[in-house]
Amino acid sequence: MNNPAPSTRPPAIQIDDLTVAYNYKPVLWDIDLTIPEGVLMAIVGPNGAGKSTLIKSILGIIKPIAGSVQVFGKPYKKQVDKVAYVPQKGSVDWDFPTVALDVVMMGTYGGLGWIKRPGQKEKKRALEALEKVGMLSFRDRQISQLSGGQQQRIFLARALVQDAAIYLMDEPFQGVDATTERAIVNILKELRQSGKTLVVVHHDLQTVPEYFDWVTFLNVKSIASGPIRDIFNDDNLTKTYGINYKVATKG
Amino acid sequence: MELSDFFTNYTLRTITLGTAILGAICGMLGSFAVLRKQSLLGDAISHAALPGIALAFLFTGVKKQEILLLGALVSGLVGAFWIRSIVKHTRLKSDTALGLILSLFFGFGMLLLTYIQKLPNANQAGLDKYLFGQAATLVESDVWLMAGATGVSLLVLLLFWKELKLLLFDADYTQTLGFNTRFLDILITSFIVIAIVLGLQTVGVVLMSAMLLAPAAAARQWTNKLSTMIFLASVFGALAGVFGTAISASYDNLSTGPVIVLVAAVIVLVSFVFSPERGLLFREIRFRRNRKDLNRKKTLTFMYHIASDHADISHPHAIRILNNFQGYTRKTLNQLAERELIRIEGDQWAMTPKGYEEAATLYDQTPDPV
Amino acid sequence: MSGTQIEIQLIAALVAVACAIPGTFLVLRKMAMISDAISHSILPGIVLGFFLTQDLNSPLLILLAALTGVITVILVEAIQRTGLVKEDTAIGLVFPALFSIGVILIARNANDVHLDIDAVLLGELAFAPFDRLLVGGSDWGPKSLWVIGTILTVTLTLLLLFFKELKLSTFDAGLAATLGFSPLILHYGLMTVSSVTVVGAFDAVGAVLVVALIIAPAATAYLLTDDLRKMLLLSCGFGVFAAIAGYWLANLLDASIAGSMSTVLGLLFFVVYLFAPGQGVLSSLFRERRQRLEVSLLVFLLHLQNHQEKRERHVNHLREHINWQEVRSRRVLDLARKNNLITIVDDVVDLTPKGQQFTDEALSYITTNKETAIEELKERFFLFRG
Repeated sequence: MNNPAPSTRPPAIQIDDLTVAYNYKPVLWDIDLTIPEGVLMAIVGPNGAGKSTLIKSILGIIKPIAGSVQVFGKPYKKQVDKVAYVPQKGSVDWDFPTVALDVVMMGTYGGLGWIKRPGQKEKKRALEALEKVGMLSFRDRQISQLSGGQQQRIFLARALVQDAAIYLMDEPFQGVDATTERAIVNILKELRQSGKTLVVVHHDLQTVPEYFDWVTFLNVKSIASGPIRDIFNDDNLTKTYGINYKVATKG
Repeated sequence: MELSDFFTNYTLRTITLGTAILGAICGMLGSFAVLRKQSLLGDAISHAALPGIALAFLFTGVKKQEILLLGALVSGLVGAFWIRSIVKHTRLKSDTALGLILSLFFGFGMLLLTYIQKLPNANQAGLDKYLFGQAATLVESDVWLMAGATGVSLLVLLLFWKELKLLLFDADYTQTLGFNTRFLDILITSFIVIAIVLGLQTVGVVLMSAMLLAPAAAARQWTNKLSTMIFLASVFGALAGVFGTAISASYDNLSTGPVIVLVAAVIVLVSFVFSPERGLLFREIRFRRNRKDLNRKKTLTFMYHIASDHADISHPHAIRILNNFQGYTRKTLNQLAERELIRIEGDQWAMTPKGYEEAATLYDQTPDPV
Repeated sequence: MSGTQIEIQLIAALVAVACAIPGTFLVLRKMAMISDAISHSILPGIVLGFFLTQDLNSPLLILLAALTGVITVILVEAIQRTGLVKEDTAIGLVFPALFSIGVILIARNANDVHLDIDAVLLGELAFAPFDRLLVGGSDWGPKSLWVIGTILTVTLTLLLLFFKELKLSTFDAGLAATLGFSPLILHYGLMTVSSVTVVGAFDAVGAVLVVALIIAPAATAYLLTDDLRKMLLLSCGFGVFAAIAGYWLANLLDASIAGSMSTVLGLLFFVVYLFAPGQGVLSSLFRERRQRLEVSLLVFLLHLQNHQEKRERHVNHLREHINWQEVRSRRVLDLARKNNLITIVDDVVDLTPKGQQFTDEALSYITTNKETAIEELKERFFLFRG
C-alpha cells in the first residue's frame, strides 16, 4: 500500500492493522487500507466478507480487537461531523410512527448536539435534501407507506442533510427499482464532483466500472484497493470470490 | 357506593387521581417499551420485583411504602440485568430468559410471602396487595410520589426528546452522530422500571405489564407521529385508570387492578377495529372498494381490447359478448356508464372517447413507484 | 413420612414431569413465553368450568379450560397477523385481559366458587391428598393424582408416537414440511398438550408457577446437553428433584410448596448457569478470554507475515500501531514464544518456520471462512493454549 505524498492533507480514511471479531470469531483480518480524499469507491466481496463490518468499524459502531481507524488524521470520535452514514435499509423498523420529513430531519441532529431542537433552518435543509432525491411530494408520508426505493432515497436524503465530507453507504442499491438506482448514482457522482469522498458497499459487479472510480476488494482480508482501471481485473475478482470471474474483461 | 360519591368523596378522589397519573406515566413510558420491542420485559420486571418487596420487609421489619418500593426497584433491576446476561452469555433465547426470570423470581417471592405470613407477631398484613394491587390503599403521599415521578420523566422526555426518538428509530445511526447511546438506553430503561415499581401498589405485579403495553398499543393505531402517539397513550392510560377506579368503586368485590386492565383492553380493541387508517374495519372496507375498483378497471380494459379492434372506437357491441369474461357484473357496467366511460343502449354497449382514453392509460400504466 | 406426605410428593413429581416434556419443546421452539400466556388465560376457562361442574378435577372443566388456552394461542396469532402491533405485544395484550376476567369472576362469585386468589397464584398442593377419588365406596387415592397421571400418560404416549416428527419439526421446520409432516398440526398439537398440562398442573401449583415448571427444567437442561433425548430426561430429572426438595424446603419454612419448588428450580438454574461446562457463564468467559488472546496472536502473526519492514516488526509496534495495552501485548508475545512461533532478536520479532507454516495455513482457512478448521489447526500447532 503506497501512501500519497505525506506533505498534503491526511487521507480521508486511514485504516491500520484493523482486526474485528464477532464473539471472537474473526470477520476482518489485519486490514490496511487508505482511502484518498475525493474518490467514489465501491467495496466488493462475497457474502460474509466483512463489508458491512468494515463500514461499521470505521464509524466506531463495532470495536475492533486490534488496529486503528483515522478520519482525516484523527479518530472518528473527533470527526463525527465530517462523516455521514447510510445504513442498510433493513436495519430499522419502517413501521415506526414517523413521516419522511422527520427521518430526513434526523440528519441535522448530530450538528445540533445534545438537547438543542431543530428549527426552521434545519427544516429548510431537510426539504432541500428531499427535493434533491425527488421525494419532496412525499414529505408527510408515513415511512411504511413508501416503496423500497423511496425508503432508500429517504435514507440518502438524511445523509445529504448531514453535509459531510465523507459518505459511507451500506448497500444503497439493494432492493431498489431502476429509476431509483439511476437517481442515486447521479447523486453519488454529483457529490464526488464537489470533492466529497464516497465509500459504498456494492453487490452488482457488472456496474462497478460504470458507477465507481475506485474499488476495494475485500474478503476477510483486504485483497486489493485502488483505481478501477488499475485493479478491477479478473485476477483480483478470482482472488476475492475464489472462483473464476470474467466480468472485468467484458466491461 | 353511588357514582355521585365519586365527586365528593375525598378518598375516592385521591385514588382516582392516583390511578389517572399512573395510567399517564405508564402510557408515556410504555410507548418506548413497545417501540423498542421490549413488550414482555415489563412483565418480567414486574414479577421480578416481588421478592424485593418481601426481602425489604424481612430485613427492615417495617411496612413503609418507600422502603418496600426501593426493594422492588432493586430486585426488578437485578431481574432485568440478569435477563440481559442470560441472553448474552448462554444459548438461551430472550423469550426463555424472560419466562425464567419472571417465574423463578415470582416463585421465590411467593415463598417469602407465605413464609412471612406464618411468622409469629409479624405485622405482615397487606404485603399481598402487591399481587393484584389495591388502589384503595393509595394515600395522598403516594399520589405526590407518582406525580413527582411523572413530572421528572416528562421533563427528561422533553429534554432528550430528539435523542430518544433517534435511538428508538435507528440506534446505530444515533451512535454515528456522536450521541452516547448507552446513556440514553440506561436512561429510558430506568424510567420504565420506575413506572413499573410505582404501579405495583395499584395494579399489582401480575397485571402491571398490561398497563405499560395496552395504552401504547392502542395509541399507535391512531397516529403516525411519535409525539401524538405518546400523548395519546398517556391519555388512554389515564382514562383506563379513571374509569377502572370508578367502575370498581361502584361494585363490591371488584379489585381495581383487573378492572383497569380490562378497560385498557377495551380501548385497545376499539382502536384495533375503528382507527381510521390502520383499523381492521376500515381496512376491510378499503379492501372491498379496491376489489370493486379493480373489477371495474378490468372490465374497462377488456372492453378496450374489443373496441380497439374496430376503426370506430364508439362502435356498439352486444353486452352478451362480455358474458364469457369473469370480472364483470351488471353493476360494474352501470357504474362505468354513470362515469360516462361507456354508453349503454338497450342490450348493446359502446365506448365513449373519454372511456377509451382512460382505458388506454390504464393499459399503458407500468408499475413504477416514482 | 406419612402417607399424605408421600402422596403430595408423588403428585408434585408427576406435575413436574408432565410440565417438563412440553416445556422442552417450547424452549427449543423459542415459544417459552406462550406458556406464560396460556397459564394466565386459562383462568376464566377454569372459573366457567367450575360454575358448570362444581369440581376442579372434572374432565369437562379441564377440557374447557384447555380450550381457552388454545384459543389464546389462536388469538395471539390472529393479532400478530394483523400487523397492527409487533409479535411480543400481542402476547402481552391478550393474557392480562383474560386473566383479569378470571380474577373478577372469582371475586364477584366468591361465595359460590371454591377458589380464592391465593389458590390461583399458588395452587393447593398441600390439600390435594384430601380430595379422594371414591369408586363404589372404596378409596382410589387423591383425585389430582389421577388427573395428572392421565395427562402425563397421554403426553408420554404422544411423545413416543411422534418423537421423530417433533424432533424434525423443532430443528428444521422447512424439511419437516417437505417430508409431509404438517408443521401446523404439530404446532397446535403441542399447544393443546401444553394447555391441558397447564390446566392439570394449575390446581397443584397455580398460574404463574406452572411457568417455572415448564421453562426452568428445560432451560437448565439445554445448558447441559445438545441431545434432545438427554435434554428431555434431564429436564424431567430436574423437575422431580425440584418437586421433592421443594416439598421439604416448604416443610422446613412452613411456606408455599409451589413457591419453594420454583425456588429450588431457580437455584438449580443459577448453579448450572454459572458452572455448566461449555454453556455456563464462567466457562464462556474463560473461553472468550482464551479466544481473544488466540485471535490476537493470529492477528499478530499475520501482521508479521504481511510486513517485512523492521519498524513494523518491532516489539513496541504492538502497542503503537495495533493499539493494544501493554499487558495484552506481553501475553501475546509470551504465548507465541512458548509455542515456538516467533523469535525475538534485539526487540525485533521474526516468524519461525513453524510460525510461518501456521500463519499460511491459518490464512487460507480464514479467507475461506472455515473457523472450525482454525480450531483444529490450533490443536495441531499449540503446545500451550491462551
